[in-house]
Amino acid sequence: MNMQHSNWIDVGALEDIPKLGARLVKTPRGCLALFRTDADEVFALDDKCPHKGGPLSQGIVHGKSVTCPLHNWVISLETGAACGADEGTTATHKVRIEAGRLLLDATSLAPSSAR
Amino acid sequence: MQKQRLVVVGNGMAPGRALERLFEAAPDAYDVTIFNAEPRVNYDRIMLSPVLSGEKTFEEIVIHGDGWYIDHGVTLYKGHKITAIDRAARTVTSEHGVVAPYDKLIIATGSVPTIIPVPGHKLAGVLTYRDLDDVDAMLLAAKGRGRAVVIGGGLLGLEAAAGLKQQGMDVTVLHLMPTLMERQLDPNAGYLLQKAVQARGIDVITRANTKEIVGTDPALGPPRVKAVRLDDGTEIEASIVVMAAGIRPNAALAKDAGLTINRGIVVTPDMRTSDPDIFALGECAEASNQVFGLVAPLYEMANVVAAQLAGTSDAAFSPSATATKLKVTGINLFSAGDFAEAPDREEIVLRDAARNVYKRLVLKDDKLLGVVMYGDTSDGAWFFDLLKRQADVSELRETLIFGQSYAGGAPLDPMAAVAALPDEAEICGCNGICKGRIVSAIKDKGLSSLDDVRAHTKASASCGSCTGLVEQVMKLTLGDAYNPAAVQPMCGCTGHGHDDVRRLIVAKELKSIPAVLQELEWSTSNGCAKCRPALNYYLLATWPLDYRDDSQSRFINERVHANIQKDGTFSVVPRMWGGLTTANELRAIADVVDKFRIPTVKVTGGQRIDMLGVKKDDLPAVWADLNKAGMVSGAAYAKGLRTVKTCVGSDWCRFGTQDSTGLGVKLEKHLWGSWTPAKVKLAVSGCPRNCAEATCKDVGIICVDSGYEIHIGGAAGLDIKGTEVLGHSTTQEETVEIVAAIVQLYREQGRYLERIYKWMKRVGLDSIRAQALDDTEKRAALVARFALSQQSAQVDPWRERTEGKEAHEFRPLADLTRLEAAE
Repeated sequence: MNMQHSNWIDVGALEDIPKLGARLVKTPRGCLALFRTDADEVFALDDKCPHKGGPLSQGIVHGKSVTCPLHNWVISLETGAACGADEGTTATHKVRIEAGRLLLDATSLAPSSAR
Repeated sequence: MQKQRLVVVGNGMAPGRALERLFEAAPDAYDVTIFNAEPRVNYDRIMLSPVLSGEKTFEEIVIHGDGWYIDHGVTLYKGHKITAIDRAARTVTSEHGVVAPYDKLIIATGSVPTIIPVPGHKLAGVLTYRDLDDVDAMLLAAKGRGRAVVIGGGLLGLEAAAGLKQQGMDVTVLHLMPTLMERQLDPNAGYLLQKAVQARGIDVITRANTKEIVGTDPALGPPRVKAVRLDDGTEIEASIVVMAAGIRPNAALAKDAGLTINRGIVVTPDMRTSDPDIFALGECAEASNQVFGLVAPLYEMANVVAAQLAGTSDAAFSPSATATKLKVTGINLFSAGDFAEAPDREEIVLRDAARNVYKRLVLKDDKLLGVVMYGDTSDGAWFFDLLKRQADVSELRETLIFGQSYAGGAPLDPMAAVAALPDEAEICGCNGICKGRIVSAIKDKGLSSLDDVRAHTKASASCGSCTGLVEQVMKLTLGDAYNPAAVQPMCGCTGHGHDDVRRLIVAKELKSIPAVLQELEWSTSNGCAKCRPALNYYLLATWPLDYRDDSQSRFINERVHANIQKDGTFSVVPRMWGGLTTANELRAIADVVDKFRIPTVKVTGGQRIDMLGVKKDDLPAVWADLNKAGMVSGAAYAKGLRTVKTCVGSDWCRFGTQDSTGLGVKLEKHLWGSWTPAKVKLAVSGCPRNCAEATCKDVGIICVDSGYEIHIGGAAGLDIKGTEVLGHSTTQEETVEIVAAIVQLYREQGRYLERIYKWMKRVGLDSIRAQALDDTEKRAALVARFALSQQSAQVDPWRERTEGKEAHEFRPLADLTRLEAAE
């Protein structure tokens, strides 16, 4: 069940995402991946690697990065940018934790006109 | 001329050597009187350990027998401890009241063991390890068997522990630091040493902080040692405790006499104390702000004292590098010089895990600075000589680590062939990178490490099989500036190579990924996508019963038991044992394909059926239907057993010599489940015509009239390689057993992602044959360890997931599409 807090949408509990893991949120704009780090930070990114569109949610999470399962690009969870010598950026979205619940910024979820 | 009177306080090895030299240089210059607190002649203290272990007697380690003292007119007072020096009167007084006048005095009072002042340190049964009396006390205690606890894992402590063990005691060594002999050895050699010590049945506890020595109940008679308690509460029963936590100079007598004291008795380079007529010599002396415990510098001191006494006033002591050897039979250990890491130092490392050999040379400015060797120390003297002479080793560098026998030999030149390649020659086939691109990336971007080249060009970043070539291109481009480490670290998170990590997981009993990252000092907080899956495998393979698989450290395919495809969908491959299937199975597959609208169905190279394009959310339902028809996961995604390809063999084929299909099924049923370093593919051919193509598999069986030829180490992927013949077996049961032993050996030795042919190239076919085939005892042990792992591994992961395991993997956290649409 999803509840709305102003423009923040409750998408689930922090505990629903495994540590160093990810879960998907389906939106009209495509899938978002919500990542949880070892330190219980949560980041939301488009579930698309800037390289060849690989599903980042299926990658291995380490530190504040995820390694794409298709060709091992490492993407920063904070910025969405490819690390190291690779170039490209995945869109990030605002997410915050309140009382153990995950709140996603709804404004970025509206269908994009540029799509 | 009246002889001068020389009095020596102490009768250890250093004054013994000084007197020898003095009698050579000036035989008649002095009347010599020695006071020895010990009631005996001069003996080789270094050889006390063999006396303790029973390998030598005291008589064998005497340096100067009673006759020597008589021959040189030396008066030796045995069992006389000097209690006072009267510098004004120039006399010394012994505890028994003997007063001896001197013109020159040598103080050689040695050192006293450090007693850790924990509660109970004065209990009966707490011993030290300095002299023959200590050895006698230990030998007496050893007669009562029981357990000895040795506090201190340095040179002395380990020698004491080995000796006591040999005398029949149970022994535990407690060491405060993380690795043994950390002053003489680097951590890598320290761990090898710990393993070897433990292999002798000696328990070793590192980071052990002794809190208390517990005594027996005083009501039951005079209390004596009962146990040692550590600060973490661990209690180890003990019938004796040996304190071997270090020594300090014995300078009390000199201090009372008003001589300058720091840590030891301070001497100038001519070995004279603050009183020019008094020399200090040996472990009690402090020269150049250092005190010494190894014999080589002490003998150098002795030479200086003798020369000074003989009138050579410019003789001076300057401490030089020292070498250490451990005197425990069967453990070869050598260290010399300074082997700490520093930015301006380089190192050359050679490791041979199978032989437990480790050699490390530390160099600076083309000169040898430090040497650590474990396992093979035969070149210790040669290295030590190069080190002491500060010889320029640039000429020898290519082969330096291999020792003296290789020195000066011309190294082979594998570079010439790479140098001759044109710029457009492809180096990395996976990513289509040619030589020219690598060269220009190195030059334009100033790359100097393999990782950099991988990051920028992607060369050798996929399968890695061209790594050697890429490194040669780097060497050609960068010249001497390129200096690959002899040990390839696992990844950028650590300096440890795969073999070290595996060894340390065992040695330090590390049982979780965080424990490994912490204990082995990973530079990242939770590793990376390269090291975590490797660590997960190593832990699983090492601790099959204790370790819980960490699904977040698995590549997606192994996490969800299906193969990810380029569009994020998955492929599903059920097992078809030995390539056999039935109408029922095929019908179930057809139904699943219809029901879930699976777009592509394909027959694989491993004789089974692949359903491609399954949505992740559908996976559990697809598996449930396949399970119902009796099919289980084919592990087509796993670093584990994939397929056992077979031909129809003697059941149908007119050439078949044996039931190859049946053997294939047996092998697959026996081997599926456990994880391996990389994927494992088998095949069984019913005759040498080899229709199952067994000779390019990891393990292949060729049936012949007389039984089964077992082949190993084939490849038909990135590399093409025919198998080699491991051996022959006569029954299917024996064949299955040998293959299980091979797989287990590979599980224990293989590096993560290292296929069997590469592992075989590294450890050698002979070594595999010896353990998995020839030595039936070892083979049986391997088979047993494999069976242990299979206990928890032969569970169908599909069934577990249809029953709800890891359900979160297959469901989105939230579906906002409908919500938005409703707005």
